[in-house]
Amino acid sequence: MTATDATAVGVAAPEHIPYELPKPARWGGTAVVLAALVLFPLVFTNPAVTSIGVFTMIYLVAACGWNIFSGYSGYISIGHAAYYGIGQYTVALVAMHLKVPAGWDTFALLPLAGVVSAVLGVPIGFLLLRVRKHTFIVLTIAVMFILQLLAFNLTSWTNGSGGLEMSSPTWQGSYFNEPFYYVGLAGAVVACTVSWFVRRSKYGLGLLSIRDDEDRARGLGIHATRTKLIGYVISAFFVGIAGGLYAPFIGSVYPQFGFDPNFDLAVAVLVFVGGIGTLAGPVIGALLLIPLQQYFYLQFGNANLFLIAYGLLFVLILRLLPGGIAPSIIRLWRWFLVNRRRAAAGAGPPDGVPAPAMTPAGGPASGADVPGRAGRKETGP
Amino acid sequence: MSILDVTDISKSYGGIRALAGCTMAFEEGAINGLIGPNGSGKTTLFNVISGYERADAGRVTFRGTDVTSARPETVFEMGLGRTFQITRIFPRLTVMENLHVASQRQGILGQVRGWNSAAERERATEVLDFVGLTRLAYEPAGGLSYGQQKLLEFAFIVVAKPLVILLDEPAGGVNPTLLRGLADRIRALNSEGVTFVIVEHDMSFVMGLCDRVLVMHQGCTLTAGAPEEVRSNPDVLEAYLGAHPKGTR
Repeated sequence: MTATDATAVGVAAPEHIPYELPKPARWGGTAVVLAALVLFPLVFTNPAVTSIGVFTMIYLVAACGWNIFSGYSGYISIGHAAYYGIGQYTVALVAMHLKVPAGWDTFALLPLAGVVSAVLGVPIGFLLLRVRKHTFIVLTIAVMFILQLLAFNLTSWTNGSGGLEMSSPTWQGSYFNEPFYYVGLAGAVVACTVSWFVRRSKYGLGLLSIRDDEDRARGLGIHATRTKLIGYVISAFFVGIAGGLYAPFIGSVYPQFGFDPNFDLAVAVLVFVGGIGTLAGPVIGALLLIPLQQYFYLQFGNANLFLIAYGLLFVLILRLLPGGIAPSIIRLWRWFLVNRRRAAAGAGPPDGVPAPAMTPAGGPASGADVPGRAGRKETGP
Repeated sequence: MSILDVTDISKSYGGIRALAGCTMAFEEGAINGLIGPNGSGKTTLFNVISGYERADAGRVTFRGTDVTSARPETVFEMGLGRTFQITRIFPRLTVMENLHVASQRQGILGQVRGWNSAAERERATEVLDFVGLTRLAYEPAGGLSYGQQKLLEFAFIVVAKPLVILLDEPAGGVNPTLLRGLADRIRALNSEGVTFVIVEHDMSFVMGLCDRVLVMHQGCTLTAGAPEEVRSNPDVLEAYLGAHPKGTR
């Protein structure tokens, strides 16, 4: 290939301002968060506090899984509670019928919960992914309620509204929550690592291209149906594992709590708040919102008051931090870099770098975790 | 010898017949121009050829293989890429990522590995150099100007090394400097054996660039030939102007 007359068409771009935090900050931040999570139950031994930690880990696994599909592909599922319920029933039924002793042995069933969810996710996903956008969202909700209805009515399997009781581990006192917490943390690490790999893979790039323009992506050789289905199944796997951990922790499974619309709402909101389609978003969202949710439960009982707080927070985030918290951190970082360079050069602001807040989400989706449209750079001829 | 053949293709949208038994052949290694008044069926023909629309009747063959019912991804994998009249890029991905979407890989391992392999990056950089967008490689594509987006769309088709490229109004909204650059790049690729089919309303661009021009009117092929023949064809003038120019008949 010959570059003919490149200068005539080529453009002079401004100095590139990275759309990601420096590598030491990213890896250092990850290490600090991970260390804090590992030490958490050792520092806070109160069972009321560690139980909040367990719920946070369960939602973190689910949110990372959900984000792999909905965040990267742009297909927002509000029905992944279907797999949360499937995971719960899988663990409860298998533990009951195979007489798996409560405790560590039950954790061995978690991969099975994930696999059953993933396998069931294949036909369900195949049907759902034939439609797009709003229709897809509505159908995901419908599927979740169909499964809830089945759980209510297939009484020979599920005991209907009577639910299934699981025997409790014999762990006592403050130790009871710790195994659940650390297993949840391990699941979250795996889910985040898979999310990281997906984001950096050729396959993940296909998912992101579908998010931006599915038909264009197909015209560039992306097998959209297959790509979406694989993402859907991966996310079902992790949400199934989250459900599989929830059931033995609570010690019972009921249709309305297994296939719980509030779960879907919580997962979607926390990922949106953290930063949808980013690696860090689900982590930030889960670590901030689930403790808040649990605080509301503890303070005001099971009145779902946290939903009001979620709604308010969601609106605030949309207004003040478009794209979520993670992209806003990147914008703040870019704003800082721009100002530093401007100060160093003693010149006016470079084009196209907006102030950190109150602007449309800026930057590419590459490792930087910044979805959304960038500030336009008028650099062309 | 033709590389792409369209035989008796028909396509209707409700009561509107966009293609009415259209038949044409595009020569291998040539820069083919496809012109016609608005609504003559040019973009619909592109959509049918590239798998975005199903024809009601007729046949499309690419290198002798029937692709009439093939999906866009299959057509692209066979070596036929296209751009759109209104540019379609991936605005939230960087320019470099846009190019990597189009680079083809086979097998599960190919899909699992990182998208930014050294060989693919080299190829993408080469193509970005070719279209003059190298310095914007890590900027979000949505921030590019319209002309740059046109070049980017062209670039991510080129990166996959297709045999045939369909360009739908590449000159639309592009300034003359950029357009000259684009024409140079089309010629450069054509000299390497890439076949082009270009839908365009800018007659000076088409007549100056194309080896052969095909004219569509009301969903059918009106005529085909060298640019100078087509330019003076009274039927073409009638189709464009709606009347016979004085003294042509």
